[in-house]
Amino acid sequence: MMEVCNCIEPQWPADELLMKYQYISDFFIAVAYFSIPLELIYFVKKSAVFPYRWVLVQFGAFIVLCGATHLINLWTFTTHSRTVALVMTTAKVLTAVVSCATALMLVHIIPDLLSVKTRELFLKNKAAELDREMGLIRTQEETGRHVRMLTHEIRSTLDRHTILKTTLVELGRTLALEECALWMPTRTGLELQLSYTLRQQHPVEYTVPIQLPVINQVFGTSRAVKISPNSPVARLRPVSGKYLLGEVVAVRVPLLHLSNFQINDWPELSTKRYALMVLMLPSDSARQWHVHELELVEVVADQVAVALSHAAILEESMRARDLLMEQNVALDIARREAETAIRARNDFLAVMNHEMRTPMHAIIALSSLLQETELTPEQRLMVETVLKSSSLLATLMNDVLDLSRLEDGSLQLELGTFNLHTLFREVLNLIKPIAVVKKLPITLNLAPDLPEFVVGDEKRLMQIILNIVGNAVKFSKQGSISVTALVTKSDNRAPPDFFVVPTGSHFYLRVKVKDLGAGINPQDIPKLFTKFAQTQSLATRSSGGSGLGLAISKRFVNLMEGNIWIESEGVGKGCTAIFDVKLGISNESKQSGIPKVPANPQHVNFAGLKVLVMDENGVSRMVTKGLLVHLGCEVTTVSSSEECLRVVSHEHRVVFMDVCTPGVENYQIALRIHEKFTKRHQRPLLVALTGNTDKSTKERCMSFGLDGVLLKPVSLDNMRNVLSDLLEHRVLYEAM
Amino acid sequence: MDAHVAQLQMQYRNYILSLYQQGFLDDQFTELKSLQDDGTPDFVAEVLSLFFDDCVKLVGNMARALDQTGTVDFSQVGANVHQLKGSSSSVGAKRVKGLCINFKELCEAKNYEGCVRCLQQVDIEYKTLKAKLQDMFNLEKQIVQAGGIVPQVDIN
Repeated sequence: MMEVCNCIEPQWPADELLMKYQYISDFFIAVAYFSIPLELIYFVKKSAVFPYRWVLVQFGAFIVLCGATHLINLWTFTTHSRTVALVMTTAKVLTAVVSCATALMLVHIIPDLLSVKTRELFLKNKAAELDREMGLIRTQEETGRHVRMLTHEIRSTLDRHTILKTTLVELGRTLALEECALWMPTRTGLELQLSYTLRQQHPVEYTVPIQLPVINQVFGTSRAVKISPNSPVARLRPVSGKYLLGEVVAVRVPLLHLSNFQINDWPELSTKRYALMVLMLPSDSARQWHVHELELVEVVADQVAVALSHAAILEESMRARDLLMEQNVALDIARREAETAIRARNDFLAVMNHEMRTPMHAIIALSSLLQETELTPEQRLMVETVLKSSSLLATLMNDVLDLSRLEDGSLQLELGTFNLHTLFREVLNLIKPIAVVKKLPITLNLAPDLPEFVVGDEKRLMQIILNIVGNAVKFSKQGSISVTALVTKSDNRAPPDFFVVPTGSHFYLRVKVKDLGAGINPQDIPKLFTKFAQTQSLATRSSGGSGLGLAISKRFVNLMEGNIWIESEGVGKGCTAIFDVKLGISNESKQSGIPKVPANPQHVNFAGLKVLVMDENGVSRMVTKGLLVHLGCEVTTVSSSEECLRVVSHEHRVVFMDVCTPGVENYQIALRIHEKFTKRHQRPLLVALTGNTDKSTKERCMSFGLDGVLLKPVSLDNMRNVLSDLLEHRVLYEAM
Repeated sequence: MDAHVAQLQMQYRNYILSLYQQGFLDDQFTELKSLQDDGTPDFVAEVLSLFFDDCVKLVGNMARALDQTGTVDFSQVGANVHQLKGSSSSVGAKRVKGLCINFKELCEAKNYEGCVRCLQQVDIEYKTLKAKLQDMFNLEKQIVQAGGIVPQVDIN
């Protein structure tokens, strides 16, 4: 049904142009409106980050509908059907709805979008800031690298000059300085002298007094201090018309000494000496000292200080070493000279000695021979004098040679085993004639615990004793002389600086020679042992002697790790000479000189010795009995342990028990015997006779309290040895 | 007369030496001889006779112990062997002692056959030794009767 449209537009021909334009515009609008969403979709699809898709859809719908509206408008210019009008209306309605919705939506959206914008701006600012900071850090890092490199350069050398030069050069390079200078304190410490500069080649010797306020200011702190470019320390170059002098910074460089480095003590900056480092930025550059640059300078200053101290230490040690080497060389030469001298003297002595001895020998021998012939009394006297004098001379020569050898340590003791008791008796025998003539009784006391066989230098020991006793005889006009020998223990009196420590197989022999003769003034005692000195107060100057005797004795005593001293109460009160020497104890009891010749070889020591033999085996029993009877013992035999216990008494000195038969019962008897005899000296010695003497048997015997073990079958010699050993030990026990 | 004595002495010496060389006697026998002196002229003879009596007794014991049909008491046998070993070593009966050592091992191993065999050997051995020593004593007697002295034989 065709309705009359209420469109105002007339038919096509009226206002055709206007119509046409409207038509065309509508068309284009439609096209544009359709293409916009297409473009939107295309670009949004391209971009990944668009958050408002829904809005886009809405917007798209709105545009599309508008476009549609305008498109449909095209049809309305001419007469159109109702359908078209309907469509048009629908479109318009829809469009209205969507546009309203969109409008409403936009109210929410637009603030968001705006905030996005602000955020973007914010982020951009942040980025810029970070960039700036990055720049800063990079600069710092570079600075740090520079410091490290600088330090490395500085510390890589131990030469003071190089260190300082390198410092200046590197600093100059790193910081792009115009000038860099180092002022060192002078020797007097009152002035600072310009020592090193960067640019100028050897500057004039330029000093400033150290007490300037600006210098004090810098020295007062460990930080780098900005100073005025006009201060004396900074005016290094002729100011030639520069407009603006660059900023100057000065820092102190501590000069550390060796003594500052105490252990566990960081060098105290109580050091007084500082050097001054002055750094100038280029003029006319408007550059300023940045904090990080100042820090760099401070660090460098410290490093320089350390490097310089190292250099100083090195110099010191080099100097010390050179000195030592010189001294060494000198000492070496001196030593060699001394050795040559000693050798020369020894050679001389030896030769002279030999040369002297030969005629000496002739004199003594022939004089002795002469003595044997017929002589008038005067002649005899003369010959005797000749003999005496020549033997004295011979002794003197020996003494001198000995002493010189003793002094340079080339004398060594000749150790051997000898009989100590015999030695003393021999000495006494030698001295007795003279003592008898002078009517001086001599007594010898040997301590009971004095070992008989000892290890030491027999000849020298005799010399010492002879010398001391001889002196006693020589310097006594009346009274008696007593010689005492004992084993010294640590609580006896000894000179305070000498401690007697008896060691395992050694002991200290103490010999005291007391005389009641002339005595010695206590003040003279120290001089006694010096060579060639004789106390003038001694009345017997005619007794002769060279005064070497005591000196030599002292040296021998020292060689024997001992000590010798003299005590005297004063002139006329006699004196006591005491010496200690270290001797070894000999293990072998049968030694040297006197062999033991027992009266009756078979019955030595054992005559009448009561022994008990316990053996179950009749044959063994008989054999053992025969053995012991042969040795002179009085033997009782028993054949069982019960019988043994019944029979054993304190009269039996030894009990021999057979422990061959397997079983422990045999050992029990040992325990029972121990029980029976509580007092040690009453108990008989217990000896086991066994078929094997391995360690376990021995241990078992020991654990059961047996005193000895014998292997069966026992030989005669074996038995004899064992018995004598056993009885010896028993004797020692009793002495305690 | 002297020649006769010398001959006898020579004979005696050789005999003794042969006894040692054949292993019948060892150093302990020498020791035993050295214990004999004027105070104890028959020491050796006494010891030896005691020894042979002991042998008889011990061998008898062992034979009886080994004769038991049924369980054999090896410890008993061992104890006897031990005794015999002790005796033989005291007088220097070398072979007997050696046999005793073997015998002891066999006893410990409880080797019946071995023990019996060893016992027989011991029996033979001590009887042989007894005969030989008897001859030696006879020779000594002859020498003494001929007026000579029994020489000391140095084994080494």
